[in-house]
Amino acid sequence: MKNYFKLISIALFTLLFVACSSDDDAAPEPVNEEEVITTVIATFTSESGAQVILTSRDLDGEGPNGPETTISGAFSSSTSYTGAVEFRNELEDPYEDITVEVLEEALEHQVFYNYTSDLGMISYSDEDADGNPIGLNVSYETSSSASGTITITLRHEPNKSGAGVNEGDITNAGGETDVEVSFDVEVQ
Amino acid sequence: MNSQNCNHSLEGYVLDFHNGEPIAGATLQIENSQLRTISDSNGKFIINNLCESSLELIVSHISCDQKTVEIDIKNTIQTTIYLEHHIEELEMVAIKGNNSNNGAISAQKEKIDKKIIDNFSSESLGTILKQAKGVSSINTGNKIVKPVINGLHSSRIAIMNNNVRMEDQEWGIEHAPNIDVNAIDNITVIKGSNALAYAGDAIGGIVILKPLRYLNKDTLYGKTIAGFQSNGRGYNLSSMLSKSFKNGWFANGNVGYKQNGDLNSPDYNLTNTGAKSFSGNGIVGYQNFEYGFEANLSYIDNTMGILSASHIGNVVDLVNAIDNEEPLIIDDFSYAINSPKQEVTHLLGKINFYKRFSTLGKLSVQYDYQNNHRFEFDKRIGDDRDKPAVDLELITQNVKSDLIIDKFDNSTIYLGVTGKYQENIANPETGVRRLIPDYEKTDVSFYGIWNTTFNDKLKGDFGVRYDYNFIDAQKYYITSRWEERGYNVDFSDFIVDNLGTQLLTNPTFSYHNISLSVGFVYSINKNNGLIFNYGLSSRPPNPSELFSDGLHHSAARIELGDLRLTKEMSNRVGLSYQLESNKTTLNIDTFINQINDFIYLKPTGTQSTIRGAFPVWEYFKTNALLIGIDTSFDYQFTEYWSLNSKFSYVYGQNTKEDIPLIDIPAFKLNNALNYKLKKWNQLNIRLAHEWVGKQNRYPNYNFETYIPTTEEYLEVDISTPPNAFQLIHLYGDVTFLFNEKMNLNLMLGVTNLFDTTYREYLNRLRYYADDTGRNITIQIKFNY
Repeated sequence: MKNYFKLISIALFTLLFVACSSDDDAAPEPVNEEEVITTVIATFTSESGAQVILTSRDLDGEGPNGPETTISGAFSSSTSYTGAVEFRNELEDPYEDITVEVLEEALEHQVFYNYTSDLGMISYSDEDADGNPIGLNVSYETSSSASGTITITLRHEPNKSGAGVNEGDITNAGGETDVEVSFDVEVQ
Repeated sequence: MNSQNCNHSLEGYVLDFHNGEPIAGATLQIENSQLRTISDSNGKFIINNLCESSLELIVSHISCDQKTVEIDIKNTIQTTIYLEHHIEELEMVAIKGNNSNNGAISAQKEKIDKKIIDNFSSESLGTILKQAKGVSSINTGNKIVKPVINGLHSSRIAIMNNNVRMEDQEWGIEHAPNIDVNAIDNITVIKGSNALAYAGDAIGGIVILKPLRYLNKDTLYGKTIAGFQSNGRGYNLSSMLSKSFKNGWFANGNVGYKQNGDLNSPDYNLTNTGAKSFSGNGIVGYQNFEYGFEANLSYIDNTMGILSASHIGNVVDLVNAIDNEEPLIIDDFSYAINSPKQEVTHLLGKINFYKRFSTLGKLSVQYDYQNNHRFEFDKRIGDDRDKPAVDLELITQNVKSDLIIDKFDNSTIYLGVTGKYQENIANPETGVRRLIPDYEKTDVSFYGIWNTTFNDKLKGDFGVRYDYNFIDAQKYYITSRWEERGYNVDFSDFIVDNLGTQLLTNPTFSYHNISLSVGFVYSINKNNGLIFNYGLSSRPPNPSELFSDGLHHSAARIELGDLRLTKEMSNRVGLSYQLESNKTTLNIDTFINQINDFIYLKPTGTQSTIRGAFPVWEYFKTNALLIGIDTSFDYQFTEYWSLNSKFSYVYGQNTKEDIPLIDIPAFKLNNALNYKLKKWNQLNIRLAHEWVGKQNRYPNYNFETYIPTTEEYLEVDISTPPNAFQLIHLYGDVTFLFNEKMNLNLMLGVTNLFDTTYREYLNRLRYYADDTGRNITIQIKFNY
């Protein structure tokens, strides 16, 4: 009987010893988040070379701080702009260009532009292998004068054949949102 | 040689090995001789006129095994002989032990037998457990099913698998228990925390899974089950072989495989809801009355697809999903399991020894090892497409020893000690911040339980348990999060390293918990009985509640744990009434459970990120009150017809805020009409009606969010429960007997006979799609 208790005690102490002695384990490696988009930069260039740059940057990602939005200036009225949007992971140094990955998987991505209708007209100027828009390159015809919001949304695995989707209507796109940023802009 | 001295005598006592009591009327016979005697009422015997020699004494008694003892006769010899009970009585002792569930005689419990488990061979443990009254489930789709006992789930329920407490990351709502149902012979569900031999923190209850018991007989027994399901075009196959020998050795092995493709609701395919599971289990052991051992190794590998449409990007996608009647992704049927999906393997090994000590009881020692490896795959892009987003490995080692002292006539004492060491390893290769950090956890516990019979009518049990838990985690916090939570003020000691945007911290917490249990079983008369019990138990917060911090991609929500959470403390009172007569069986279980510092997850608003807004769910503590009733009523009309009826209701209130608790199951009523015709190959037909009410008591946690397409703020309704529903199921089975051992059972089942469209409140996918439609099951079971 006593032997049994001895045995159990030894077993328990061994376990506790194992438990306590492994305390000085090496620190776990930090996780470097991949495929994270921290920054969206939409650059609109007029025929005269004037630029309006919309930037949204969220360096703490899912952390409590929201994205910081900067708008370089107002759009000129009744002007044609060509727009290009760029997605970056700036947690890495040098930054990682996620736009490249989006382009590689163009069939499974689409950028949508939702805007107050007074602002003018944004239309797609690129297409994927199936002839559907990607939305990384657009053209923007500004209106005479207005203020409103432009929301840029990147959807992963949207239904590109959904009604209105290839005209830029997000309603029937489905899929999963990778980026969604809004900018309060002015046309003057 | 001729001067042999034949004046020696042998005297002594014959005693019961079990409790040391004298055995009267045992026959003692010297082999190859006429000398024999019988023990008296004190167990005493004396045999005179023995010659100096070595002789064999044969001791026998009507209810004991015969025993032969070698004795060297030189002088007058005194000896004590212990007799063991027959194997049948050993079985009786063991069965008695079984029913009392290690001392919890007054617990409110429910048993599910092998036949029901076999009928659900293609299903998960969670689905089988719903057959017990008072047990419901919290689901992620149809295959990830977690049991809910009297309104409580996850870490508040302990699952004992062949005497090993399952450690399979049970904290998460989408983490189903990793159990091979084909290795289980019977299930006992204990409601409340009264079974202190198993756990002190199981505020909700304990599920006890037991494998087949072996008799010491020469037998070879096998069973093969093959089944097919129309919904999801599923199939399952499992086979078991069991061999036992008269000399006490036994062995058992089973393997099983099951798979299904996309399930379907009445109106559409539920894309990516396929699942597959492989399991294997082996046991070898030896048993006799005095000692024995058992070694058990079991392995299960589950891969489960999660409804494609439920993987969403942000709160706008959630709004779209809720607004759409149909899921946004519906593809053709496929067996393919794509992301989002889970792949979980669970390995369990244990070895157990027991030894019975005369006039004391039974001592057992057990070591067990568990390795739970969990992968969760989200929809990802680029090189990370096939990389898991969650890769957690949980390794648990446990040593325990239990002593059952059963030498007293009216009392049994249970004592035990446990030591456990657990390690969680979160793989950084995922490229996604860890939801659960690396941690080490050490637990030590002691318990003592006293069972006693006061008189013919009244029995009682009294238990006390002490648990010590120590958790030592290493976790990275985003600096902005650490500060937002105010941890920089309260927990600056935990910081080990500052990496700029991230902080490495080393949070450590220890907990001391005392649990108590008192209960009485009173038989009013032959047919009527009452049970009363009280349990005090505490549960320390689990790693998810303490450390969760980050975006749960597949659920599209940010979940935040809280380092300031303290242990929950539950005071539960249960009262039951049982009526058993030849035609009627009635069981009424009622309970009141008051839980202080009850931990729950609650949405607190949205947080904007570059991916849009996400709802934030935070762990909070409050005081909770749960009151409930579970009833079952069986009535035998005639030899052929019978009725079963079960009803459950739980009232859950957040008493601090005076609002209903979230995720409390709605009332449920199950009725079944059975027809049995023995002479027709034991035909059984069962028509079942299931009625689940709408949960009208729910907290309103809806929140507002900005929708860019319409440029307006919208309320997101995540709180309103779905409507009530009623389902009809039909089952039938026949058994063909070939000989004493060999029989074939054929079962046909139709669940959701009328293909009714419904959604369940406690299904996490209810925002996205309807539940499954009609399913026709054919199953063949061959016993040999």
